[in-house]
Amino acid sequence: MPLLDRNGTKVDAWTRSEGSGIDNLSQALVPWEALTEALQHKTRDQRIGVVIPNNIRIAELKLVLRQLSLIAVSFPAYSDGRGFSLAKLIRNHGFTGTLRASGPLIADQFAYALACGFDEIELPEASAARQPVEQWLKAVGQISHGYQRGYGDSHNILDQRRTARAAGRLAAS
Amino acid sequence: MYRYDEFDERFVRERVAQFRDQVARRLDGSITEDEFKPLRLKNGVYLQLHAYMLRIAIPYGTLSSKQLRQLALIGERYDRGYGHFTTRQNLQFNWPKLRDVPEILDLLADVEMHCIQTSGNCIRNVTADHFAGVAQDEIEDPRPTAELIRQWSSLHPEFDYLPRKFKIAVTGAEHDRAVIKAHDIGLRLRRHPDTHEVSYEVSVGGGLGRTPMIGKVVRDYLPKDDLLAFLEAIMRVYNLEGRRDNKYKARVKILVHEIGVEEFRRRVEEEFARLDGPSVNADPAEVARIAAYFKAPDYEALPAISRVLEATKAANPAFARWVEVNTIPHKAPGYAALTISLKPVGEAPGDATSDQMRLVADLAEQYSQAEIRVTHAQNLVLPYVRQRDLFAIWQRLGEAGLASANIGLITDIISCPGLDYCALATARSIPIAQAIQHRFADDNRQKAIGELNIKISGCINACGHHHVGHIGILGLEKRGIESYQITLGGDATENAAIGEILGPGLAAEDVPDAIERIVNVYLSERAEGESFIENVRRIGLAPFKAAFQEVAHAVA
Ligand code: HEM
Ligand code: SF4
Repeated sequence: MPLLDRNGTKVDAWTRSEGSGIDNLSQALVPWEALTEALQHKTRDQRIGVVIPNNIRIAELKLVLRQLSLIAVSFPAYSDGRGFSLAKLIRNHGFTGTLRASGPLIADQFAYALACGFDEIELPEASAARQPVEQWLKAVGQISHGYQRGYGDSHNILDQRRTARAAGRLAAS
Repeated sequence: MYRYDEFDERFVRERVAQFRDQVARRLDGSITEDEFKPLRLKNGVYLQLHAYMLRIAIPYGTLSSKQLRQLALIGERYDRGYGHFTTRQNLQFNWPKLRDVPEILDLLADVEMHCIQTSGNCIRNVTADHFAGVAQDEIEDPRPTAELIRQWSSLHPEFDYLPRKFKIAVTGAEHDRAVIKAHDIGLRLRRHPDTHEVSYEVSVGGGLGRTPMIGKVVRDYLPKDDLLAFLEAIMRVYNLEGRRDNKYKARVKILVHEIGVEEFRRRVEEEFARLDGPSVNADPAEVARIAAYFKAPDYEALPAISRVLEATKAANPAFARWVEVNTIPHKAPGYAALTISLKPVGEAPGDATSDQMRLVADLAEQYSQAEIRVTHAQNLVLPYVRQRDLFAIWQRLGEAGLASANIGLITDIISCPGLDYCALATARSIPIAQAIQHRFADDNRQKAIGELNIKISGCINACGHHHVGHIGILGLEKRGIESYQITLGGDATENAAIGEILGPGLAAEDVPDAIERIVNVYLSERAEGESFIENVRRIGLAPFKAAFQEVAHAVA
């Protein structure tokens, strides 16, 4: 399925495995149900990713976070926003690997996904066919700064105002 | 009033450009109708019975004269010369063309306005006490809080695809004029009894609609600095755990109800404790920056009671009555907060023509610091009027049909658009409001009845707040005929309560009779100085039910 990140389309280096059998896959993406077993069979230079449903409890997930290189959060529909909160929670719990949003998102959600901590979007063929990558790259920059602190970089409006205030104080003194 | 800085300005302009692009992508097929719908809703564009409807945000109901004039212009140029003020302090235009919407958005941006999140499953326009900054019972002005929340909730990356819409209301006064208990989150500024620090009481899970519920307190005293982090915690719990299997069970009130307020509170507090507050909250300097915009104007030093006012009142009983009913005492001596009634008998409640909007804008400029408020009861307020100017204002309002002296009285009816405009309606509501207004049009009679809030919705969604009306009227459809269910004992204030159903539904033409009988019970049973709602609480529903049954039987 087509994959893109903030730089454009990219090749998927991960191989999906339906069960826990990860044989000699160097980057294996397994379903949540098969994760425990897959982790048991993992060799030293194998990397494991997991596909999770969006109703998973962070309490369960956090136990395995450090063994994972990629987490793909499922979006059953673009209108189901649980994945955004889940991503934020996963990042807040210290996950530094790759976070993937997987499902029929729309270009207008790209900026939100990145701000919540996702690195990449994996789209079903039909959505990708309708929405060429140029649209995603355009949409992502349409609102240059949001108001929320703690989402992405420190270019949010509140922090920029703070910086401006600090500069003003310096100038005045 | 708050003024946009360069960041706010750019944000709103970019949002307009983004919407243009979204429309273009819909037209070229990049996104489906299904995908486009929430995008248009989040920008206030509804598809209605006869046409598109555009809902414009009036954050916490505060408008400048300039903004109101622009709304008048838009109404004239792109609608039919009027607009409809709603129970959420917004303005709706019922007849704009979709192709005109981006242009309208540009005109709005020119005066620091927008339609962001006036609809859709996101955090909606934040509402607040319409007497903010001027009411005598105020502990702290709620508008800086509301503005901070407006900014924080705008295009929130995490909370723009919630299970369902989400409404936040703020009050800073003892008397709740913002119906905070019927909101998903209600915030009340209050002093801590020991530290005397101003903090927030946070209620969650209020809401009307088909399952009305009164909000429950999840935090008694939240330090002001922690506001955004605490809101983030509430929203995260709701976004992850709110039901998505059934849209009628998706509001946060259902989650709170299903897991219980203690468990909900525990989950919120757990998340709040875990997240990094300082990286989320606005710093105090930012809060102070916003608050500075809401500083009280430089009031003139005036005697508490204006002699000019007293003299004109004595000479003109109709004016005296209007002052008595439509003004409230003010924080500043010699001033009054004036409510302009948009409920003249026989008009659609909350409608104002472009000419009327211009007149109010002019009056505000001349007499009220160029500021206007929109109330959730669908009226307008001039918050900073010198008492001695009231007579001149009254005369000019009278010429425009805006001098009804009925604020809080039986003809000051809240009504949703109902079947006249709304695609979801099961019955008419505006004509019912008009019929009741005609029945009780006599000023002396209204005065004798005193404070009585009637609220009408044209379907179970309860946009007209009928559940919290002293008398609530809900229009339903039974076998192809409109049928009106009447409830009694609802209350929208700090004593928030959901009304109880009196009996079987009535035909439209019988509603005024039923209301009259209910009112007559009160008039004959009331104790000295007892208001309608106090009377209902004291004597209970039984006598009213009995009177109601007479109407129901007579027509059965
Ligand atoms: C004309 C188009 C409108 C549509 C399609 C519409 C739709 C709805 C729906 C579906 C609900 C129920 C939501 C729920 O229970 O979760 C609702 C509730 C509500 N709407 Fe409307 N509405 C419209 C107009 C208005 C107007 C004109 C007002 C203000 C006068 C308004 C204010 C409200 C309020 C206050 C509630 C109930 C409070 C709550 O529980 O949130 N709506 N609306
Ligand atoms: S209560 Fe029903 S009829 Fe009235 S505006 Fe809301 S959805 Fe429409």
